[in-house]
Amino acid sequence: MNIYTRRRLINAANLTVSVLTTVFGLFWLVWLLWTLFDNGLQWLRPSIFTEMTPPPGNEGGLWNAIVGSVILTGVATLIGTPLGVLAGTYLAEFGRYSRVASVVRFVNDVLLSAPSIIIGVFIYEMVVVTTGHFSGWAGSLALALIMIPVVVRTTEDMMRLVPDTLREAAAALGAPRWRIISTVVYRASITGILTGVLLAVARISGETAPLLFTALNNQFWTTDMGAPMPNLPVVIFQFAMSPYEDWHHLAWAGALLITLSVLIMNIVARTVLRPRRREK
Amino acid sequence: MSEGNPLSSQPAANLLALNFRRGGILDGIFKNLTRFSAFIVFAMVVAILVSLWLGALPALNKFGLGFLSSSEWNPVTEEFGALPAIFGTLVTSAIAMLIGVPVSFGIAVFITELSPPWLKRPIATAVELLAAIPSIIYGMWGLFVFAPLFADHVQPWLTDNLGDIPGIGLLFQGPPMGIGVFTAGLILAIMVIPFISAVMRDVFEVVPPLLKESAYGLGSTTWEVVRHVVLPYTKVGIAGGIMLGLGRALGETMAVTFVIGNAHEINASLFMPSNTISSSLANEFTEAVGPTYTSSLFALGLILFVITFLVLAMAKLLLLRLTAKEGKRS
Repeated sequence: MNIYTRRRLINAANLTVSVLTTVFGLFWLVWLLWTLFDNGLQWLRPSIFTEMTPPPGNEGGLWNAIVGSVILTGVATLIGTPLGVLAGTYLAEFGRYSRVASVVRFVNDVLLSAPSIIIGVFIYEMVVVTTGHFSGWAGSLALALIMIPVVVRTTEDMMRLVPDTLREAAAALGAPRWRIISTVVYRASITGILTGVLLAVARISGETAPLLFTALNNQFWTTDMGAPMPNLPVVIFQFAMSPYEDWHHLAWAGALLITLSVLIMNIVARTVLRPRRREK
Repeated sequence: MSEGNPLSSQPAANLLALNFRRGGILDGIFKNLTRFSAFIVFAMVVAILVSLWLGALPALNKFGLGFLSSSEWNPVTEEFGALPAIFGTLVTSAIAMLIGVPVSFGIAVFITELSPPWLKRPIATAVELLAAIPSIIYGMWGLFVFAPLFADHVQPWLTDNLGDIPGIGLLFQGPPMGIGVFTAGLILAIMVIPFISAVMRDVFEVVPPLLKESAYGLGSTTWEVVRHVVLPYTKVGIAGGIMLGLGRALGETMAVTFVIGNAHEINASLFMPSNTISSSLANEFTEAVGPTYTSSLFALGLILFVITFLVLAMAKLLLLRLTAKEGKRS
């Protein structure tokens, strides 16, 4: 009886701790989001979407930064998606169990876990030093490099979920390899691949570190990819670290904006299809 | 496919042969295109390593191995050493692991063993959303919301009550500034919880129900099943998940940059400002003048890349061992 009670008590205590840790985890999420709404919502005015980033002490908005961020992310997606999908296709269809494929798979994981600031330093040396100036192109390349491993990983995972019998059925009908892949395998795995791309876009749209030394920032309106590009994360960073009250307000509004869009992208991706997580 | 061809007329057969050849050519193009893309991924990682190495070379030549052990960081006299940044990186990550691992374990146990089925998805998603929030948001929150509260209400109490204990008291001394090593570590912990708990959840789910049911059948409590069945079965996977989380914590930049205080110092106290490798890069890279300064920052980057690489390799190795075991048992 004594030992029985003790075991029951230990069980109850440990399970209570388990519940508490879950509450602990969710507590930070709630606190963070509450802070964002509390500080950001009141400054989220229409002028955010019509005016440019101001000098300290002036009224202004974030429009140039928002547009810059959209352009940078868009170009990065256009570079990263095809490359990532093709590389993932190689791993899932042609490479499979070959040694080359396992090397690429490992290297891809290295890229996936590489600190994003390292990617920034790399692009700085490759692009900014070579061309002699900061540019939107450099920023987009850095973002694309962060996006590619995510897309490669999900594309491979999703294509491998397609049963081989489907491929064999298509091959039996006389379809060449590229047709099998493009009309059968891609079609069967397209939602999964798109989910991966969307999650990757969500990840890069909040990235700050790789943009610090590549796209830099710009106080003015520009759509010129060859020049330093204004972008929301770096503007938030600079404004938040500044001593000016009104810059802080804009930073909070920007932070709320960026978090909402990232969270919405995540929730959409997760509800369209829940990708099977596999950390190998 | 030309064998047993039901089409007997010559033109049709020609057309088919043509189609077949074209398929072959397109096949080759497509295959090489995908292979080339895979090669680019490979080449990029090699290029990162080479460019960091080349960038770091001047500093490594000048300071040699002493770069790793010197705690000097003086842009004026151009004397640089990596020790404070490495120390800061390791200490903040260690704090993150001390807090993050038990919490992640609790969350994973809750989701796999305790939660009613309808609550599993929402809680798992909510925890994963923590990972989706951009790191700059963590930084702003840490600097403007958490640090002031911590400095006003928690830090003085900790210093008063724990600061006088010989030994560990050193950890809690210092002015209550809110920012510093401990704050950075705590924020890192919150950021790695979703990664670690997701891996733990995944490996907990591969435990065969038969094993758990046998233990329950012998009269085990839920905790005893977790402790004596689930944990031993998944320990390698858990270690792999912890390594993946550690990799994240080591490389995290923006959140740390906001709250670490940017000081190239080594202090025993957790409440003092410090620096990590990534925050040094974020703070100083664009402002660095002179080849030695820039090159020293490159060298810091190289060190960080090598550390995260080793941690990832270890994580992969552990998780691979788990899947190999899985394969043998089934």
